[in-house]
Amino acid sequence: MSTVAPSPTAAPADPGPARPAYKVTAARVLRAEWAKLWSLRSTWITLGLSLLFLVAFGLIAAFQFKSRIDGGRPMDRDFAEASALRLSLFGTNFSQLSLGVLGVLVAAGEYSTGMIRSTLAAVPRRLPVLWSKAAVYGVIALLLGTAGVFATFLADSRIVAGTRAAMTLSDTGVVRGLLGAGLYLALVGVIGVALGALLRSVAGGIAVLVAALTLVPGLTQLLPSSWQDHIGPYLPSHAGEAMFALQHDGTLLSPTGGLVVFLGWTVLALAGAAVRLLRTDA
Amino acid sequence: MIEAHQLTKRYGEKTAVDRLDFTVRPGTVTGFLGPNGAGKSTTMRMIVGLDAPTGGTVRVNGRRYAEHAAPLQEVGALLEAKSIHPGRSAFNHLMAQAHTHGIPRRRVEEVIELTGLTSVARKRAGAFSLGMGQRLGIASALLGDPATVMLDEPVNGLDPEGVLWIRNLLTGLAAEGRTVFVSSHLMSEMALVADHLIVVGRGRLLADTTVQELVRQAGGDVVKVVTADPAALRAALAGPDVEITGRAGTDELLVTGRTAREIGLAAAEQGIALFELTPRTVSLEEAFMELTRDAVEYHGTTTATAATGTGTGTGTDTDTPRSAA
Repeated sequence: MSTVAPSPTAAPADPGPARPAYKVTAARVLRAEWAKLWSLRSTWITLGLSLLFLVAFGLIAAFQFKSRIDGGRPMDRDFAEASALRLSLFGTNFSQLSLGVLGVLVAAGEYSTGMIRSTLAAVPRRLPVLWSKAAVYGVIALLLGTAGVFATFLADSRIVAGTRAAMTLSDTGVVRGLLGAGLYLALVGVIGVALGALLRSVAGGIAVLVAALTLVPGLTQLLPSSWQDHIGPYLPSHAGEAMFALQHDGTLLSPTGGLVVFLGWTVLALAGAAVRLLRTDA
Repeated sequence: MIEAHQLTKRYGEKTAVDRLDFTVRPGTVTGFLGPNGAGKSTTMRMIVGLDAPTGGTVRVNGRRYAEHAAPLQEVGALLEAKSIHPGRSAFNHLMAQAHTHGIPRRRVEEVIELTGLTSVARKRAGAFSLGMGQRLGIASALLGDPATVMLDEPVNGLDPEGVLWIRNLLTGLAAEGRTVFVSSHLMSEMALVADHLIVVGRGRLLADTTVQELVRQAGGDVVKVVTADPAALRAALAGPDVEITGRAGTDELLVTGRTAREIGLAAAEQGIALFELTPRTVSLEEAFMELTRDAVEYHGTTTATAATGTGTGTGTDTDTPRSAA
């Protein structure tokens, strides 16, 4: 059979000196994770949806506000305190879920499909895989989130121009809030990756992510109010909100405080994922 | 070169791999044989570091797998379960693997061609047939041009043409001086490609031997003789390489080391009457069954007869002599 020889470069009986010198490096693992992410259709679909949620819901919120102002209809509490920044960030509530879910898929999807065996056979030191996944996906989510909120803000500020919600990029706290929102979405994505790697289950990762971002804040309302005041601001969702909120009353940390606490949650999730990755058989 | 030393893997109470010692050498095909559940796949997963040993060590080309700068260049492994994302194309899967090591695109195209995947390389790997999936796994194993190739049950799900292709591939790789380590639960398949055999059962090493040696130990070529005068025939046949066994009180002897023709001639010279003279060849399948009899994890009630009937075809007698292995 002519197909026996595995490669023309391999010298028969002496695979020594003629062999090319390959080497695993951090940059190459990053490159591989980048290629893996973009070679799946689900990435394109989920990122597209995330951007759609971010922009579309931001625009819808602004149109709603404008039409109520114009029609002189009563505002509920949310709209009463509205600003162009706040309206344009309305979509983050939904976008964070799809970005987080894709993060879970990036890591846990490898376990559910068996791909992880190929991945870890190529990079048996393992940790570079986790860092690369988190970095590649974090940067993509950061760029997408930041671009999305800036674009939405620019559109919304035109829609609500001339109303009491009107704002421009030069207003205090606007750029900081938009950058904070982009960073928040990126970190949610990274937490998704970490949860996926920690739990090794797509369903489990998504459940914990959704619970942490949307259910836990509601559940803490069952606690005595003095506890709520102490615990509430440090919850992931509230700490994240502090990163992009304009007003910081007693229930929210400062933007920097929120960033530090939310980074803390991210690091915690990544540390858990790293320990599991190193300790447990793949 | 793969060197296992006291390699052990326990899952709670259950010991999957029990203090295995073996060496797989370059230049030959080494078969890794054992019944289902013998610990073959676990051993292979430990070799490439997917599972951590509970005890002992296993080294590849002198070091632990993870300590190599370019692991895919040291060991190319095809593991039993599918190790791909079904949504990714074969080309993209291999390219992602290649990126981690700086392996050029040219090499990816090479292994795709070598494994006959050119026409489907851009299709989703999830839509592949079992055979195509197996070929993709082999492409991935060969990607780094590895010094050691390790394949877990490579012929599973392949059609006869694919089986032949694998056989030629394995012997070709060994001829190039590579270490080739192939697991199977089918002795008949191993007999055709492997020179050396490592046999395990219930996680223990049962044999580390050559194919010929295994057959010889399991009884080898035996001639059954029924004669009027067993004592005289024993004396007539005696010699350094000859082994004769017989049950007391019967006129039946089992002779190894002499052909039926030689026995017949010797008996004629001495004027000893023979009633039966039957050569028996123990098939590799029978030798394997004999060796792993006590180590089979999941017994079926008709295992022995069924397997013998569908063996290599070299076994001519189901009444295998029970000589000591």
